[in-house]
Amino acid sequence: MSVDAIDTPRTPQAARIPATAIEDSDAALLQVRGLKKRFSLSGDFLDQLRFKGGKLVRHQEYVHAINGVDLDIQRGEALCVVGESGCGKSTVARTVMGLISPSAGEIHYGGERIDGLTSRQLLPYRKRMQMIFQNPYASLNPRMTIQQTLEEPLRLHHRDWSRQQIADKVEEVMRSVGINPDWGKRFGHEFSGGQRQRIAIARALAVDPEFIVADEPISALDVSIQAQVLNLLMDAQRERGLTYLFITHDLAVVEHFGTRVAVMYLGTVCEVATTETLFAKPRHPYTQALLSAIPRLKDDRPQHIRLSGEVPTPVNLPSGCVFHGRCPHANERCTRDIPQLQRQGDGTLVACHAVEEGRL
Amino acid sequence: MALLEVNHLDVRFALRQGEVRALRDVNFTLERGERLGIVGESGAGKSVAAFSLLNLIAKPGFIAGGEIRFDGQALTKMSERGLRKIRGNRISMIFQDPMMTLNPVLSIGEQMIECLKAHRRISRREARSIALDRLKQVQIPSPEKRLDQYPHELSGGMRQRIIIAIALLLDPDIIVADEPTTALDVTIQAEIMALLLSLCETHNVALILITHDLGVVSQVTQRMLVMYAGRVIEQGPTREIINDPQHPYTQGLLNALPQMATPGEKLNQIRGSMPSLNALPSGCAFHPRCDFTHRSDGTARPACVEQVPEFVISGQCRVACHMVAEMLEDRRMKEEAQ
Repeated sequence: MSVDAIDTPRTPQAARIPATAIEDSDAALLQVRGLKKRFSLSGDFLDQLRFKGGKLVRHQEYVHAINGVDLDIQRGEALCVVGESGCGKSTVARTVMGLISPSAGEIHYGGERIDGLTSRQLLPYRKRMQMIFQNPYASLNPRMTIQQTLEEPLRLHHRDWSRQQIADKVEEVMRSVGINPDWGKRFGHEFSGGQRQRIAIARALAVDPEFIVADEPISALDVSIQAQVLNLLMDAQRERGLTYLFITHDLAVVEHFGTRVAVMYLGTVCEVATTETLFAKPRHPYTQALLSAIPRLKDDRPQHIRLSGEVPTPVNLPSGCVFHGRCPHANERCTRDIPQLQRQGDGTLVACHAVEEGRL
Repeated sequence: MALLEVNHLDVRFALRQGEVRALRDVNFTLERGERLGIVGESGAGKSVAAFSLLNLIAKPGFIAGGEIRFDGQALTKMSERGLRKIRGNRISMIFQDPMMTLNPVLSIGEQMIECLKAHRRISRREARSIALDRLKQVQIPSPEKRLDQYPHELSGGMRQRIIIAIALLLDPDIIVADEPTTALDVTIQAEIMALLLSLCETHNVALILITHDLGVVSQVTQRMLVMYAGRVIEQGPTREIINDPQHPYTQGLLNALPQMATPGEKLNQIRGSMPSLNALPSGCAFHPRCDFTHRSDGTARPACVEQVPEFVISGQCRVACHMVAEMLEDRRMKEEAQ
């Protein structure tokens, strides 16, 4: 940890970690640097106009969904992003996939910069990166049969394939996710939630991607079905050498599934660590509170750390550390300076003044 | 005598394609101040069980048989007028989605006062002071201000606190909470559960907690019921069931949790999915998904396919499973032989 990092001024440039603070970036499959996304709340230009003191002024308000996120995803790992609702984890997933364009920052995939590409230029990347959505009731087109749903990505990405080749591939992916290939003529609504999510996974796997973004893929499912889908995702990773960006709010799933974890709070990453380190020794006060809040079956855990107050709105972000209002260890500096991610001895990245100053 | 007794409760829904039996032969008791958990996956009938306690099941559902006794009175035989005196007054409910429960066009204070005045002959001023007192009990910041606010001005966690305050308004004997924290985030969920628990303890209120989260049940409740396809399949002390589940479905549910597995290893999944209530398998409803339908010698146990299992007593638990019954019988025979 360098001394000058402590006194970094609050400029947009300084809100990014120096490249050296992140492990050898050449090996990373996906690199996200200084990613920001804000959504306008103010409607179109005419809606933004207001009268103030007799003058016509333009008034704009934004939801700051993500504010300077840096992430590296190594080939073959399962990076889990956890956080509570509204922390921007889904926005990270969608921005990485190019479904929404970032307000600032860069996204590099396999060494190439992919943010700001046109959809035509993105097409080869879409074949390599696929997404699984949360709600399998909404992500399958109700007017398409399962066969059609699974053929569509193949037709788009393999224009030279014959009808037979496509049919064979569809059958293969259906088998690999445990859906009977004879069911291809059926529609999405004829399947249960767990089966639908299997079909959504099959659709993602159909083009043989190397990287999958899964946005809460099991949270809409029942407990016994969650285990089935989670096993399926883990099998697919083992067989195909997939890399996952796994978005979830369920820490028990993270502990089981993830190799590394990034904890997000109000649009910023507050801690990145390997799963074992994070669960054995959480550093950031928010991570500690989050971990202690998991309802465990056996009562061998210390009492949960109660946070005061609620998550502030991302419309008016708090000054300094976004967590300071609820943090039991906050001091005056936390209300003023934005903490940067700093590498700890064991490789964990933590953005917290208290950790940095050794108060925690 | 128990505070609440449910005997052979049978609830059906009269649908166009025929009658669907949503609850079959549900039995349980609740003592004063006791906390009972009802666990199951979606479609197991846990919410129907809660709603039927106060006869809140909407048409085409109806209570087809059985008896619910509360404090000596049979709720199942009571008139709508009589029930209304109990609903919200002596038995109150907390629902999953606080936004659906609160009236969006009435201020918080208005809703609380309305509830108090419906059950007690008191002045507005008295009602307002009781409302304020309850808001303080649920540890809402600046309670006076909240009375004049509307539900949309509050966050999800705050709304759920309001709901708890409303549930406590008339010093009920029982609070029925249907997935009270499912819509909330983990850290808020932990706070709300802790609050609910401490309030139930200080006021000696009995709690029926309906949830799919085994972690929450194990932390909050003293006894629990596990439901599957409209039936209770296992019931007993929570600690005993969590530590040593008897029914294969309860075992499967617990083992499927990621926290029970070694990280990175395959989770123990239950194959298949919950059957729909209008096409239940014969015999034990769980048998197509059960690993113990077949005995160790490979032959199927005919009872599992043909016969609905009766409850057997195992330790302090009651379990509806042929396999457990057979095991207990074996053990008894061996003991007798000795």
